[in-house]
Amino acid sequence: MSPPLHRPLLAVEGLRVAFPGRRAEGPREVEVVRGVSFAVERGEMVGLVGESGSGKSVTALALIRLVPAPGRIAGGRVVFDGKDLSALSERELRRVRGAGIAMVFQEPTTALNPVFTIGFQVAEAVRAHRRTSRAAARREAERLLELVAIPEPRRRLGDYPHQLSGGQRQRAMIAMALASGPRLLVADEPTTALDVTVQAQILELLARLRAELGLAVLLITHDLAVVAETCERVLVMYAGEIVERAAVGDLFARPAHPYTRALLAAVPRLGRRVPRGELPVIPGRVPDPAALPSGCPFHPRCPEVMDICPRHPPALYPVAGGTAPREARCFLHGEPLEETA
Amino acid sequence: MIPATPVPAGATPAEETPRPAGGPEAAEPLLELDGLVKHFPVGGGLFGRSRAAVRAVDGVDLAVARRECLAVVGESGSGKTTLGRCAVRLYEPTAGRVLFAGRDLAELSAGELRRERRRFQMIFQDPYGSLNPRMRVGAAVEEPLAVHRLGDRAARRRRVAELLDTVGLGPDAAGRYPHEFSGGQRQRIGIARALATGPELVVADEPVSALDVSVRAQVVNLLARLQERLGLALVFIAHDLALVEHLADRVAVMYLGRIVEEAPRDALFARPAHPYTVSLLSAVPVPEPAAGRARIELEGEPPSPVDPPPGCPFHPRCPIARPRCAEETPPLAEVAPGRRAACFYPFEMAPPAPAGSPARGTIGPEAP
Repeated sequence: MSPPLHRPLLAVEGLRVAFPGRRAEGPREVEVVRGVSFAVERGEMVGLVGESGSGKSVTALALIRLVPAPGRIAGGRVVFDGKDLSALSERELRRVRGAGIAMVFQEPTTALNPVFTIGFQVAEAVRAHRRTSRAAARREAERLLELVAIPEPRRRLGDYPHQLSGGQRQRAMIAMALASGPRLLVADEPTTALDVTVQAQILELLARLRAELGLAVLLITHDLAVVAETCERVLVMYAGEIVERAAVGDLFARPAHPYTRALLAAVPRLGRRVPRGELPVIPGRVPDPAALPSGCPFHPRCPEVMDICPRHPPALYPVAGGTAPREARCFLHGEPLEETA
Repeated sequence: MIPATPVPAGATPAEETPRPAGGPEAAEPLLELDGLVKHFPVGGGLFGRSRAAVRAVDGVDLAVARRECLAVVGESGSGKTTLGRCAVRLYEPTAGRVLFAGRDLAELSAGELRRERRRFQMIFQDPYGSLNPRMRVGAAVEEPLAVHRLGDRAARRRRVAELLDTVGLGPDAAGRYPHEFSGGQRQRIGIARALATGPELVVADEPVSALDVSVRAQVVNLLARLQERLGLALVFIAHDLALVEHLADRVAVMYLGRIVEEAPRDALFARPAHPYTVSLLSAVPVPEPAAGRARIELEGEPPSPVDPPPGCPFHPRCPIARPRCAEETPPLAEVAPGRRAACFYPFEMAPPAPAGSPARGTIGPEAP
């Protein structure tokens, strides 16, 4: 890394997260995030895409050292605004969690406390990061609810979570996340539990907040279409690794990794007719992290598998012909180190 | 595995003899919902008797032909799941009739109903929740056969092996437990179980929503091929419109317990009649960043089915609502041959211009 010249808001370098193995005959420790590196620039919206078991949600939690026990960060660094978070004390880290990086989760119902009003909870989030009177915190809470476009914010302050609709609860969660004035919002499947018309509203809201507040957003999702509509850059994860990274336009125009290609083909798309019952499929299933296939972990499912794939793990290789630098972890785009050296 | 039936479906459903693409008038429908209403009482409240009710299904007329795939789409709270459960008699309707092969299920004796039940089955969203974790897969698939006293022990065992093969699971699956299988495989088990009694109608409620994206296509293809091969009528309950476009012959769109639009698949996707359908289609994200699609953004969220708005239930969110819409409830009426919509101003709201995106409007028969 060539320092001060350019310093991204968030830089993740070689992040590894491990959980104890669950099976007696399996390994004692299983890595579910296996050396993930990426950066998020100020004000940028980046999509982190993967299926269940890809390690995308654990990656998000590891950013702010919230990996649930008994998991642990087994390696790598997370540098936020030039500060190495792994070197911070728990107290210093708490400050970063709020004012630097805030998180929004899929299920707002479980993240909101059902026995306190929305106004109280948002105001508490304000007071957790700023010394201010209760009255001022409440005024700030009202402003935040207005910012996330909850109608009649003053009235809503007195409502309990169950009195809000699913979409409004997610807006309230976003308001709480914004209370500390973060510069990076990590949103883990923020619209997955919502209806499609409401999903469109929340994505619109995230885009607006980004423009108005200069907020960077890391959007974690299983839905490539959501990324296509909102993000500038996309990272695709499979079996604990980033397998492709590209500008959104490049990725969707010409996906470089066979997994990305297969995923895009397998999802039915409005207006794209495929004969009934003949959707292109990805054979097999997402691999168990405790028993990953040798070489490239996608090789048993890959339609373009070559002799080399089961024998060597591929690195991320540059992919030619993008509008921005792009990479894919596939031997279609590069050769194993031993053979190039 | 399933013998590949090279049916060029989807492209031209009308050309295939066994798949009636026409409306319910083509033949006697297999399933008919006639003024179906299902209300659930809402908590008693402080003073015991509350007269409030969730009007989950609030007057639905709908027919499903043999061998047809009818998709029921809607958002949460639209009543689509309740409708499906009433159709297979998992719920007793509050009012209205459910006719199966012309017979009103409510008029059957307990014994007759039990015999009829083998002719209609259900596939659930969560294949794990619907399988007994302590029951081996073979026993789970055999259970419906035993309940309906179909065949002797040996015949049932043979049938189980055949069913497991049909859904693409090996015969060794019979001796294993549900937790040993992945989500996609469990849904295959759920399908085998639903098919055990040789039903003519299958209601599938969000059968792939809980599955990983990369295995959804496998299960969708399996459902489509089995439907063709076994000549099933399939009621496919879903919120994923792209999947509906892929699978359905006909589509019914629900909003707040009512059907607001019903049309053959091609016609509906080419030119939706109801403003809600138009908005719903425009809200679906598309993996084409360059498309730059204009979007109709609906305001607010579906109102509560406990207290639906007066007049047209969609009018508070409708971009083209007029005073009349707040006063009168539009009936589900024919708006073009074979198409019904519950709107006073059908076809008035145009889909947003597909600037640069694949012209959705050019597919299918010309719009009326």
